[in-house]
Amino acid sequence: MAFLSDPVHIILGLPLASAALLAVLPGYRLSSRINILACLITFLAAFALFFVERPAPGTYFLVDELNIVFIVLNTFVGFTAATFSASYIAHELEIGRLTPAYLRFYHAMYQVMMFGMNLALLSNNIGLMWVAVEIATLSTVLMVGIYRTHEALEAAWKYFILGSVGIALALFGTILVYLAAQPVLGEGQPAMIWTNLLLHANDIDPALLNLAFVFLLLGYGTKVGLAPLHAWLPDAHAEGPTPISAVLSGLLLNVALYAVLRFKMIMAANDMALDPGPLMITMGLVSLIFAALMLYRRRDIKRLFAYSSIEHMGIIVFAFGMGGPLANFAGLLHMVMHSLTKSAIFFSVGHVAQIKGTQKIAEIRGLTQSHPLLGWGLAAGVLAIAGLPPFGVFMSEFLVVTSTFSREPVLALLLVLGILLAFGALLLRLTGFIFGEPTGELKPSEASYVPLFAHMGLVLMAGIYLPGAMVAWFQAVARLLG
Amino acid sequence: MPGIAFDTAHLLSGGLLLVSFMMIYQDRMFSLLRIFALHAVVLSLSVAWQAYIQGAPHLYVTAAIALIFKAIIIPSALRRIVVQLGIHREVETVVGIGVTMLAGIGLSALSIVLMLDVTQGADPYAREDLAFALSVVLLGLLMMVTRRNAVSQIVGFMSLENGMILAAAGAKGMPLVVEISVAFSVMVAFIVIGVFLFRIRERFDSVDVSVMDQHRGDQR
Repeated sequence: MAFLSDPVHIILGLPLASAALLAVLPGYRLSSRINILACLITFLAAFALFFVERPAPGTYFLVDELNIVFIVLNTFVGFTAATFSASYIAHELEIGRLTPAYLRFYHAMYQVMMFGMNLALLSNNIGLMWVAVEIATLSTVLMVGIYRTHEALEAAWKYFILGSVGIALALFGTILVYLAAQPVLGEGQPAMIWTNLLLHANDIDPALLNLAFVFLLLGYGTKVGLAPLHAWLPDAHAEGPTPISAVLSGLLLNVALYAVLRFKMIMAANDMALDPGPLMITMGLVSLIFAALMLYRRRDIKRLFAYSSIEHMGIIVFAFGMGGPLANFAGLLHMVMHSLTKSAIFFSVGHVAQIKGTQKIAEIRGLTQSHPLLGWGLAAGVLAIAGLPPFGVFMSEFLVVTSTFSREPVLALLLVLGILLAFGALLLRLTGFIFGEPTGELKPSEASYVPLFAHMGLVLMAGIYLPGAMVAWFQAVARLLG
Repeated sequence: MPGIAFDTAHLLSGGLLLVSFMMIYQDRMFSLLRIFALHAVVLSLSVAWQAYIQGAPHLYVTAAIALIFKAIIIPSALRRIVVQLGIHREVETVVGIGVTMLAGIGLSALSIVLMLDVTQGADPYAREDLAFALSVVLLGLLMMVTRRNAVSQIVGFMSLENGMILAAAGAKGMPLVVEISVAFSVMVAFIVIGVFLFRIRERFDSVDVSVMDQHRGDQR
């Protein structure tokens, strides 16, 4: 038995242990390597979850088809972002934006954040899940503010205030779920355990559950970056270190989405409760169209891609709101593709911003001439995120659109409108980045291209050929989501 | 469920709502902090009473944390921040106090009507508690959006947290995990805020959030 639950122990224990170790280790070279190694082992342990027999759901932890996908994605991007971060921070240290003491703090926080996210994904207890999301949020708040410039502090403050309000609303929702479940499941722990809640969902008072879901959707929705609660997201992405932008977009938004999905499943299992679909569809569409319009007037490259994250989270929430095997499959695939592509974009943007010494879009020109690898990598990323074939994002967006057309043609039109608006904005910017006379610094970069091209390779592969085993797994999850 | 136990619970949670309203019309920083301390004291009494009538000893811990941490330590720390950083002693509001009060009354009415309607089948203690708790939460939110100054936003956030704890204490038998986590999160939140305030002090002449707005990235 001890062996069976081993991967779970490693996934949670290792980040915590490395956080403690990294907090006391001096020297950034060693600690950035330990950071990478810890992330790699965590990823391998997560991958092992596919193969070992899953432990029975307990009071605190749960492993099922749904969260394995999230955990593997989470630890994989965590690992590649750590690899990127090692070369990124070396440069930051060189130009004096960060001091060694801050780097020690940064690495420790990185692991604390990984711990918080993994804990949220593994928890079977809605209280524990809430605590874990809070840990992940607080650690990212600290990292967003790490440069301590005016902008970074303001971004962190905004993120903190909006994040706290969101997390407070989510707690209120959690308390309401407990209150609704308590007459059915009894007092104490049983009424907090997600698997129990799902099993007895039909006996739970629907009115209270409806109210709880509204709070949970607003609360965790703030973390997902859904409009109109998205205000923290562009600032936090733009002002923090770029590895953190990559992790925020690629992972933290997913973790919050995962929490929403878990509660959506309970709602769906209760026949009398409100259908969560329309709420999620509305929030998703509003976020998509709003963010697509906002993309046009961005002047800061990281802000541009932050708005693109809001847009894609809108599409994903829309797909899950539509529900049904096909739309859920599409939403899940889109989430994975978006995480991989968006973090790849941030990997290249991070190096670009370092080389050019600016994040202003107007001052970044002609990348393919001055830095071919980086320029084409960024171009591939932007084309992929805009939804062009042959990349995986095209396939998942295509699936979302077609599955919607067959059921709600009017909604599909709005969806396509949003996607096209965003497509136009991104292509408009892309021509500026990669063509034209190179501007600014022309020195060759010491970038690490491996994480960038590994991600883009995966996205390309997914666009051309999805392995049968992966399709079967995603189909199982889509059925689970209902 | 009439009886002294219910009436006292009702009185205390209603008192918490009343103190929330008192916080809204404070225009001096120090009196705001004093009222916040009172808020925490009422919360602590309310939680202790719930502990007594539910026979749940772990809630006394929550009550004690509220009393010691939120009624004594945090207000005095914030007071020290205000003095040391030379923050304006007046609370700067975005809209007038009258409008805020009206909005607050509207929010409380809304939450009480909503909660009493939705929770008809639930335990009457929890029902009343929850209705008041939601009002306190909404008033906390209202305070956060209508105040410009960072310190009064923090106070708004803490009163919002107090509403959460009231709700959690009213939910009978809610596991200890949550109570500890709530108290813990408040502590962590405060450390973070403290760090922020001091960092902000190093770079800014003011902790007025509207001053920080000038540094927005997109307006460069």
